[in-house]
Amino acid sequence: MSEVKGVAQKGRFKLFLERRKPIIEDWKHTFYLWKSTTLAMVGTVIIFVFFGIAIFAPLLTSYDPIAQDLDNRLLPPSSQHLFGTDQYGRDVFSRVIYGSRVELWIIFIVSIISVGIGTLVGIIAGYFGGAVDEVLMRITDMFLAFPRLVLAMAFTASLGPNLTNTIIAISFVDWTVYARLARAEAIKVKSQPYIEAIRGLGAKNTRIMAFHVLPMSISPVIVQLTLRMGTIILTAAGLGFLGLGAQPPIPEWGAIVSDGRSYLVQQWWITTFPGLAIAIVVLGFNLLGDGIRDILDPRLRR
Amino acid sequence: MKLGTYIVKRLFLMIIVMFGVATIVFFITHVIPADPVGAILGGNAPIELVDQMRHQLGLDKSIPLQFINYMEGIVHGDFGVSLKTNRSVLKDIIDFFPATIELAIVSMIFATIVGVVLGILSAVYRNKVIDHFSRVFSILGVSMPVFWLGLLLLLLFYYRLGWLPGGGRNSLFIFPPHITGLVLLDSVIAGDWTSFWDGLRHIILPAFVLGYASAASIARIMRASMLDVLRQDFIRTAKSKGLSKRVVIYRHAVKNALIPVVTIIGLSFGSLLSGAVLTETIFSWPGLGRYIVNALLVLDYPAVTGGTLFIAFIYSLANLIVDISYAVLDPRMRV
Repeated sequence: MSEVKGVAQKGRFKLFLERRKPIIEDWKHTFYLWKSTTLAMVGTVIIFVFFGIAIFAPLLTSYDPIAQDLDNRLLPPSSQHLFGTDQYGRDVFSRVIYGSRVELWIIFIVSIISVGIGTLVGIIAGYFGGAVDEVLMRITDMFLAFPRLVLAMAFTASLGPNLTNTIIAISFVDWTVYARLARAEAIKVKSQPYIEAIRGLGAKNTRIMAFHVLPMSISPVIVQLTLRMGTIILTAAGLGFLGLGAQPPIPEWGAIVSDGRSYLVQQWWITTFPGLAIAIVVLGFNLLGDGIRDILDPRLRR
Repeated sequence: MKLGTYIVKRLFLMIIVMFGVATIVFFITHVIPADPVGAILGGNAPIELVDQMRHQLGLDKSIPLQFINYMEGIVHGDFGVSLKTNRSVLKDIIDFFPATIELAIVSMIFATIVGVVLGILSAVYRNKVIDHFSRVFSILGVSMPVFWLGLLLLLLFYYRLGWLPGGGRNSLFIFPPHITGLVLLDSVIAGDWTSFWDGLRHIILPAFVLGYASAASIARIMRASMLDVLRQDFIRTAKSKGLSKRVVIYRHAVKNALIPVVTIIGLSFGSLLSGAVLTETIFSWPGLGRYIVNALLVLDYPAVTGGTLFIAFIYSLANLIVDISYAVLDPRMRV
């Protein structure tokens, strides 16, 4: 009995493999393309290191990123303090390391909120069309009428500058991109015969949108999201630098650069290293995003 | 659709969008702040002063009434009086804006020239040294934080080498002629070359820092677009006609490849205005971006309202011009 069951299971697994063969082949091909795009690989490695640093931050440094140590102010980089210390005697290396957690947190929450709002608005607009579409898209246009940083600045200043409000502000500015994409996809999907069929079976609009339009529209949104993660960091860091983002002593990278501004000439390390961290991580996201775009480009796939 | 109809339709849409923009700014400056007066005056201000301030800002009225007053003011170009400078916000904007537009124009020129040239070279010499160089240049340009690049360049060229000035629009004892408010243009008009060189030396670093990201994205688009065009049939025809490589590339290919670049140039104008906020802060450039940042930091709401609205207006106007020029270049876009 158990033998029969085993065979049946094996058979089912084989059947599963067979049925999924095109998809698996496609994945293999994607993996091959990814391996042959050196820059995308470099990007992936940078991002993985960035995630690793964020997760294992306490293991990588023994200094507290926030506690002040006024006896060791403004020390140049040495084996004790790899990136030197700042005007409060805090180890810059450790602030940069812990800063990766702040940036990751910002990216994570901003992605969830902005993709959430964006796809919701986009799918509703695309699915219903007509007046609903017109109104929602004009609202999107209104948000797009601002230079991004200026709108985000105004939001944070008015809400009160801190980390949470930075995240809210960037999300409020960023959702428009996803709304437009999701709308375009929803318009394509809704005219498909199977949607008609489901509606014929009596499915309600909300059900169709949630279970049939959404899954079909989400992938370009996700691709765009990876392309935009670098921009999210740059905006957050820009706000932090201007004093309108995360407030001291939170080790947000842009805010650390700003900390070092008055010490730029003599103590260059306070400004240089956190800025370098931003540049490298954004570079990683851009390389990865470029790679993903190239891999998904049908002209390259041939 | 005729071009005229298209332009009228776009203008009409822009008016609607600007109305919405004004509403968003109203929310930011009038509805979200829980206690703007408290934030401005501090918690221990005497009650008379608070009341006086509330009255001055119109905060003692109901929200709908505030909204009507606010809209009325905007239609008349009246954004109120700045709490910090005590001057009409509109006058402030008129004073600060030329610095921003001058910086933006110089950056744009720099970005367009560098971007287009690099893009062409990159596509023509695909996978050669110049192509790799240009791609590295581009990817770094869109990855580097503007404020960090600015600070490092200041450190190098001002503090260490002393080649370039450290900020501002002109040196202490040089007074550029005032005609349009654009230092470089005014100096040329007045024939004041000392002032022109001084202005130029001051604008090099900020314009480079601000324009770099745009140059990078223009180079990328130009490269892709050139590669696309070079693959097309009419290029092969041109080549087989026996035209020289020069003529094929510069007469035929570049002209066609430039169309998508026009859009990118227009779109990067928006990122220029965003970047200007940071660049102006670093280089003490007396422009609108710095004006808004300073207003936000001290919660000078009338100045924030005016500055933000004005920037959004300029940005929308730039986008409108891009769309129209696109419609002129490519009639298929007029739908």
